[in-house]
Amino acid sequence: MVEWLDAILQGVLLGGLYALFAIGLSITYGVMRLVNIAHGDFLVLAAYLALWPVMQMNLNPLLAILPVAALMFCLGYSLQRVLLNRTMGPNPLAPLLATFGLSIILRNGLQQIFHSDSRSFQIGALGTDSIPVGGGIPVGVFPLIVFLTAAALMVFVSFLFSHTRIGIALRATSDDSETAGLMGIRARHTYGIALAISFALIAVGGVFAGIRTTFTPESGPAALLYAFEAVVIGGMGSLWGTFAGAVILGVAQTMGAKIAIGLGILTGHLVFLAVLFFKPTGLFARTQ
Amino acid sequence: MLKVRNLVARYGDFQALFGVDFDADEGRIAALIGANGAGKSTFLRSIAGLMPSKGGEIRFQNDDIAALPADEVVRRGISMVPEGRRLFRSLTVEENLRVGAFAGRSGRWTLETVYALFPVLKERRSNPATALSGGQQQMVAIGRALMSNPDLLLCDELSLGLSPAVVKDIYAVLPRIRSEGVSIVVVEQDIDMALRAADEIYCFMHGRVTLRGAPADLDKDRISAAYFGIEGH
Repeated sequence: MVEWLDAILQGVLLGGLYALFAIGLSITYGVMRLVNIAHGDFLVLAAYLALWPVMQMNLNPLLAILPVAALMFCLGYSLQRVLLNRTMGPNPLAPLLATFGLSIILRNGLQQIFHSDSRSFQIGALGTDSIPVGGGIPVGVFPLIVFLTAAALMVFVSFLFSHTRIGIALRATSDDSETAGLMGIRARHTYGIALAISFALIAVGGVFAGIRTTFTPESGPAALLYAFEAVVIGGMGSLWGTFAGAVILGVAQTMGAKIAIGLGILTGHLVFLAVLFFKPTGLFARTQ
Repeated sequence: MLKVRNLVARYGDFQALFGVDFDADEGRIAALIGANGAGKSTFLRSIAGLMPSKGGEIRFQNDDIAALPADEVVRRGISMVPEGRRLFRSLTVEENLRVGAFAGRSGRWTLETVYALFPVLKERRSNPATALSGGQQQMVAIGRALMSNPDLLLCDELSLGLSPAVVKDIYAVLPRIRSEGVSIVVVEQDIDMALRAADEIYCFMHGRVTLRGAPADLDKDRISAAYFGIEGH
């Protein structure tokens, strides 16, 4: 019994990491119907961007998060303005193909520069410390940091969307981009901000993932898949739904792994497929 | 104020406007009438920058605005109440109105003056915009367009889907908006409503203006000839 409770708790914490993978994907899909196939590869890129100051300057990986997130924010905005805005339009295939191409370029580029050695970040004792929460269940300090960071960023993004001018512009554009244009909202800028926020979030997720486990230039597609599954489980267009979807995915994986160590990821996929089958709009989709 | 000459518009191979001339003067209400598919909405969308024109010129306060996108046209002082209202469904009434001001033009239209024009909206300011009745949604759409402090207000099919009593209420505010110095162009299916509300009538048929004039100068026979392309009976 206790070990199942333990599995659920670890799964919830793992869900925090997946939420960092997924919220950005949810935002770009919600605001501009962009399915960014290179989402996971950019997450890996962020991890490699953090690798440089960590290796060369002995910087604590946790301290590298902020500058890397800022850099990724700028990269996301520029990428949208320079490239992806040109692909937006009635044909949904164009941005799909463009990001698919970016994904291949990124993976091979990283392979060229960093080779396929697996890397990870070390944060010393913080990475292995745990605190007991009673009943013999330990909670790792680092997974807790990840979860709390994800929750805090979620609250921040949620506030941004509900209470700021740019947030209202993002929601208006999401509802009806043509009418948003009539209000003077410049979609090319709004879309840039959406991808910038998405990239800043995956920068945080990428570094955390590199601390939790290892990464190679080939790690992107798995991250994209988890992000995608979390978005679909939660339901398109709902940020808190995506967060919940990420937690459900995390719990499914840890509970599956409890049954047999190799079943973890498969169980996550099965839960995803079950949601697609029984409730294709997702569990927390906004009803309209 | 607005001067359109020989405007041409197309949807792919289908030509929707064949050289339309149009003038909107300061402090006046112009009504565009005509059957479905006559090109009235296409004409408004071309002015608002939602549709690229394929020929002719659109001059607003002497600037050529024909090639400008919608987000730029509204900054120049033309705003639009789109057909079917098109409120932002995930925004509240007040947020919808605030979005209307994003073009950054200052003037007398603010949340307070819009609420003074439509007091019922103030009571419902925190509701989702789509929870309102059709007439109230139309008020939000008009208020949202006013929030950009336009010099020219384009209204596409204000009466669409509304009961006659509600349509009357909506049209009753147009003279008040005009008296604040806003010129208005309305697209209207209901000829009687258009004749009562407007200072000038433009009748569209098959993408051309077939008749224009002040309501007092137009008789029913000429209008139905221009509207249906047949002589009156």
